[in-house]
Amino acid sequence: MAFFEGVKMTGGYDDGPDIISSCSVNVNQGEIVSIIGPNGAGKSTAMKAMLGLLNLKSGKVIIDGKDISHLNPQDRVKQGISFVPQTKNVFAGLSVEENLEMGAFLRDENLQEIINEIYELFPILKEKKSQIVGELSGGQRQQVALGRALMIKPSVLMLDEPTAGVSPIVMDELFDHILKVKKTNVAILMVEQNAKQALSISDRGYVLVTGENKYSGTGKELLNDPRVRSSFLGG
Amino acid sequence: MDFINSIVLLLNYIFVPALSYGSQLALGAIFVSLIYGILRFAYFTAGDLMSFGTMFTILFTWYFQSLGINLGVLPTALLAIPFGVIITILYVLAKDKLVFSYYRTKKSPPVMLAMVSIGTMFVTQAIVRIVIGPFDRRFFDGEKFILKANEFKEMTGLNEGLTIKSTQVITLLVTIIVVSILFWFLNKTKTGKSMRAYSDNEDLALLSGIDPKKVVMITWVIAAILATIGGTLYGLDKSFKPFTYFNNMLPIFAAAIVGGIGNPFGAFLGGYVIAFSEILITYAYKKFFIYILPESLEPDGLLQLLSTDYKFAVSFSILVIVLLFRPSGIFKGKII
Repeated sequence: MAFFEGVKMTGGYDDGPDIISSCSVNVNQGEIVSIIGPNGAGKSTAMKAMLGLLNLKSGKVIIDGKDISHLNPQDRVKQGISFVPQTKNVFAGLSVEENLEMGAFLRDENLQEIINEIYELFPILKEKKSQIVGELSGGQRQQVALGRALMIKPSVLMLDEPTAGVSPIVMDELFDHILKVKKTNVAILMVEQNAKQALSISDRGYVLVTGENKYSGTGKELLNDPRVRSSFLGG
Repeated sequence: MDFINSIVLLLNYIFVPALSYGSQLALGAIFVSLIYGILRFAYFTAGDLMSFGTMFTILFTWYFQSLGINLGVLPTALLAIPFGVIITILYVLAKDKLVFSYYRTKKSPPVMLAMVSIGTMFVTQAIVRIVIGPFDRRFFDGEKFILKANEFKEMTGLNEGLTIKSTQVITLLVTIIVVSILFWFLNKTKTGKSMRAYSDNEDLALLSGIDPKKVVMITWVIAAILATIGGTLYGLDKSFKPFTYFNNMLPIFAAAIVGGIGNPFGAFLGGYVIAFSEILITYAYKKFFIYILPESLEPDGLLQLLSTDYKFAVSFSILVIVLLFRPSGIFKGKII
């Protein structure tokens, strides 16, 4: 049994139609798992379901053997699940350090220690610690977003398209940072549009089509699978 | 000599009054801006909340006076403010629980909440009129002047006098203290930072574990404190008349919007921008030009751009101009 698991999840937003049906995703600590698929496949929705942002009609979400299907997002955060949304993932009007402090709002003890750990992981943030995040570049903002999410020392980190809208060079840099985070024994689940690059750093991947699991396997397997290649990776 | 006289004239009729009026507006504008940033609606009860808080401060002032308690040279109202604040806090929290929380949990659009706040404005107005009545009241006691015009003339030998009322100095001092504490709270404490974070990005604040109920409650408490203090200072300086407080809502909103609504520091500066504009534009400059121009060029008219009756037109024009050309305000706030 995997550490963090969504089992046969079915549901959609409010009273709307089901966006995901019987979709299963799991991730272990120290592992990067990517969810890829065409537009509108329900990739982000599957991730949001695991965070509790939509109500599931059936299926469950399990962390470390504990069923958390009925917890709201805030309570799931307390279970050690951290989420970096695709957009508006930083407090743009606050300084870098304040963003990190807010990330650890639920912790009281040794804040400075964790902040220093984040600075070691992302040295550029230390340089810019008193700068307003809205004035930083796209890549630096994404690092702030990652740093904020890591402040609760999560066991699971979920990233919704972390490289959306950044240049290819910054994308490589971000993936490097994500690999560094992986080494701290965090379970990383991410949704990506840049499927090739995402799979190349992932241990495993899922291909979702119209809300259902279509293919799954290790990053390498999916990259080399002719069916996946022709449909989703552009040959 | 004439030049110095003209400067003293401007200090006396423009600078000193605008500074104290600006501080009073600033206190109102700060809490309007804060409510807009955190609760995300235009709080139309602002002016009447100030009159509500002032009313209770006056009632406590009368009570203290009847007991023979006073502060000597300082107005007794200063002693009554904390009690007025407590009642106003209880009032806004009750109002939030009974009225606003319902619309908040239903996630009503901001315009609906603004309409609701117009409703609570009428209720607040009615309470004030039932309890204390619509009349003009003065509740100032203690020493009225710090510097009298003829004292100043004797001291300096100038023709023009400079009057400094104690209420003006009290207004300025209290504003400096209150605003410093507020900005220290917002920028340095964890709770204050969480309020700014919540105003900046509500969803992310929730994901970070910030408790929205606590943020909302503290916002109301700050609003009640600022409303009572700002209202009382205005009443001490001028007089307490509920209708005037309702009218003050226009310059207060203008100040909040000029400063960039949702940005409390902008609102603070916006208060002075509005106050100085109102007074500069409605002041009659005849005497000033008599001092600085040679006798042959002496002006005939009053040289007043607008009659003081139209001072609200000034705030309104500034409001419209800012909304047309720079909707995010001079000091970058949210765009309306």
